[in-house]
Amino acid sequence: MVDYVFRVGGEGGEGVISTGEMLTLDLARSGFEIYTFRTYPAEIKGGHANYQIRASGQLLLSQGDAVDVLLAFNQEAYDKHAKDIRPGGVLVYDSDSYIPPPVAAANGGAAAQAAGPSGQRTGGGNIPALVNSTVLYGVPLTSLATEQVGVKLTKNIIALGFVAELCDIPRETFEALLREKFGRKGETVVQKNLQALHIGMDYVKQVARKDSIKLGAGPRKTKELILSGNEALALGAIAAGCRFYAGYPITPATDIMEFLAKELPKIGGFVVQTEDEIAALGAVLGASFTGKKAMTATSGPGFSLMTEMMGLAVAAEIPAVVVDVQRVGPSTGMPTKTEQGDFYLACYGGHGNCPRVVMALTSVEDCFYGIMRAFNLAEQFQMPVVVLSDQYLGHRKATVPVFEIAKVPVVNRRTPTAQELVGYKRYRFTPDSISPMAMPGMEGGGYIAEGLEHDEGGYPAASNHEMHLRSTKKRYAKWAAVEPVANELVRIYGEPHPEIGIIGWGSSEGVIREAVQLAQAKGYSVGALHPKILYPAPLAKLKEFIDGTKAVIVAEVNYTGQFATALRKRFAYDFIQLNKCVGLPFTPKEIVDKIEEVAAHVRSGHRDLAAKL
Amino acid sequence: MSEAGTEILPQSYKTDEHPIWCPGCGDFGVLASLYNSLAGLRIDPKNLVVVSGIGCSGRTPGFVKSYGFHSVHGRVLPVALGVKLANPSLTVIGVGGDGDGFAIGGGHLPHAARRNPDITYIVMDNATYGLTKGQYSPTSPVGFQAGSTPYGNIEQPLNPLAMVIAYGATFVGQGYSGKPKELTDLITQAMEHKGFSFVDVISPCITFYNTYKVIPPRLAEVPKDHDTASRAKAFELALQTDHLRLGLYYRESRPTFEQGVAEVIKKAQASSPPKLESIFAEFS
Repeated sequence: MVDYVFRVGGEGGEGVISTGEMLTLDLARSGFEIYTFRTYPAEIKGGHANYQIRASGQLLLSQGDAVDVLLAFNQEAYDKHAKDIRPGGVLVYDSDSYIPPPVAAANGGAAAQAAGPSGQRTGGGNIPALVNSTVLYGVPLTSLATEQVGVKLTKNIIALGFVAELCDIPRETFEALLREKFGRKGETVVQKNLQALHIGMDYVKQVARKDSIKLGAGPRKTKELILSGNEALALGAIAAGCRFYAGYPITPATDIMEFLAKELPKIGGFVVQTEDEIAALGAVLGASFTGKKAMTATSGPGFSLMTEMMGLAVAAEIPAVVVDVQRVGPSTGMPTKTEQGDFYLACYGGHGNCPRVVMALTSVEDCFYGIMRAFNLAEQFQMPVVVLSDQYLGHRKATVPVFEIAKVPVVNRRTPTAQELVGYKRYRFTPDSISPMAMPGMEGGGYIAEGLEHDEGGYPAASNHEMHLRSTKKRYAKWAAVEPVANELVRIYGEPHPEIGIIGWGSSEGVIREAVQLAQAKGYSVGALHPKILYPAPLAKLKEFIDGTKAVIVAEVNYTGQFATALRKRFAYDFIQLNKCVGLPFTPKEIVDKIEEVAAHVRSGHRDLAAKL
Repeated sequence: MSEAGTEILPQSYKTDEHPIWCPGCGDFGVLASLYNSLAGLRIDPKNLVVVSGIGCSGRTPGFVKSYGFHSVHGRVLPVALGVKLANPSLTVIGVGGDGDGFAIGGGHLPHAARRNPDITYIVMDNATYGLTKGQYSPTSPVGFQAGSTPYGNIEQPLNPLAMVIAYGATFVGQGYSGKPKELTDLITQAMEHKGFSFVDVISPCITFYNTYKVIPPRLAEVPKDHDTASRAKAFELALQTDHLRLGLYYRESRPTFEQGVAEVIKKAQASSPPKLESIFAEFS
């Protein structure tokens, strides 16, 4: 079974990401399942960027662990990633840029001096020694590009050609891709790129082959979509009926706005880039009040600004979807790196008793269906729904089956009947606490969407103590009614009643699922529970899962264990935390290691030790 | 707007809720003028949305028979923008005070002005924070003594008219709550204007900053020969603060934001069939 991890690394702004994306698209079109991961610098030019692609003949759950093929354009890329190459893996490097220390050492240092532009660091220092079995292929990418093609940037295409030929990736798909990508720029540009591709492919003949990586054509013959989490989310929003978006640019959420700015007008909608995030949510609430399904997307800093508006949406009972593509905080933090640090803010951000629904998207496919559900919940319960994604999920691409919109039937808000519009009361107390919502234009429906505590008619009741309690109960009753939905939207992987349980949320679903498979293969009794709605939490399902376990690990990409803390509030259970806080997602191995560690303590009868880890 | 024919009385826009303002508050005059303008323009309450922020003026939507949105402090204009974009056929009026519009919400005003949505924004400017008991506001004069400036205000007040003209608003005028006839006329013109219309109304706070004696002697009309089509002349007039000149300072005809949105939609639909499936195809 084909299952390879490719990684491309180099200087930010020099085409590392687009090189990775081309390889991604090519592998997907060649019939492989894809799972990418990208990190890139916070700077526009300079800094280090890398793009990882895992390609396999079967469904992929994580970005993988070790690297099979590293394409390192410069010394920094080599320094950062060479240690991740698996034994027997391949390094392709630009021999005009640098000579890897093992090669330099083998050549007695002479090569190091001869190679590369002056001033380029050529190894030494604390660089981890390459595993002996790594296969190194030096390709003079820069000089081939400048001397043979005459365009320096085509070194990326030359490198792709080399890797494609080396790994036996079908030639025709790549050629078609280049025609498609550069066709708009004219035939000359297409020819230059095809020439570069062929130069790269031909160069394989000049190296002594020592690796055994072979892909060929992938097994999948059906059409799939290849897109990122943010793209899938934006598509899902359109499918849910979103026709108004207001937002402010912020990494890593901006591409949602850019996507919708292009696509929404095609179906009569519009995107407005507001002056700040407060205005963004304000405009969303104004539009939703008027009857349009509306949303905004942001990241932590912008979401922090929206806190007061969240309270307004709760008090005035206005449907709204707020996406937080999380990045590292606090403050500006690490804008291009991933973290699951906004759980508290999403659930509790705001003054007063301020119920809202918080969901977490788990995979690229789930970004589509998840955001549809978010719109449905917002409409049904007339309250804001926060949707947590993160940089890892938002910016990774995956192959997914073509979406079926009918899978999640679209729900619209309850509007007043003609009868209800006689003596209409916007916030009327009803058995299910959901009041019919009139919209401007409806005769007899006039009311005030009110942020002050108010009576059933929407009139201020800022000194009516009983009314405040009644209204608070109404708002919480709607929130509590989401819990059964949360219980339905729980996924269990591995054993449903395991000895060792794992609870995670959001983007780490696939990684945990893969870790469970690996641990089961090693003979451990493990299972994972992954909720899609975090707040209100799926308490019934959690209880069922936790009962009978010997230990439960709560895995989160944050420092303090925010979800674990929330769980401890509801369950008298000594959860074991697994936290990662370096701006990177979990790898399956990290989860498996923890399972083994906890299992060892459990089996030796020292669960308390595991709990204290 | 309603069917022509029967006369619509200003009182028909009154709601059952009685204004909570102090007797003598300037805001009563603004509200009365607003009723008059709505009646004169025969605005259908079901197609009218009044958006407000926080402050004494923030309660206005509750007193106008219409749809209303009492939002949070300073955010009148973003909410109003969302309403207008979601349904451009609605008449949208934003109301707020000087603190709401020029301090906490000051960041939204330039963007509303330059985008030019067809919204009328009425600021009830009393140069103090009435609802929190009289602190100095962005339009309070130097020396203003109150709770947070016990030794007198040391900050230069801003000039709302000059500011909004500079921001690129397409309709800018000033009114006084004590001259309801002139104010009605100005609000009516503002509502008839296609684009973002800004009306700064001097509306005294009788309880915390009673200017009823000092304002009238300073009042004057915008000169009859003032060229309302000249932005430079309007700016010049706004800078002459020896008198408080009432009337229209500036008016310009420019495409509204909604018109721009309609153009974008037309452009987008010309290049692609308006179907979700065709968007999916871009990702295969």
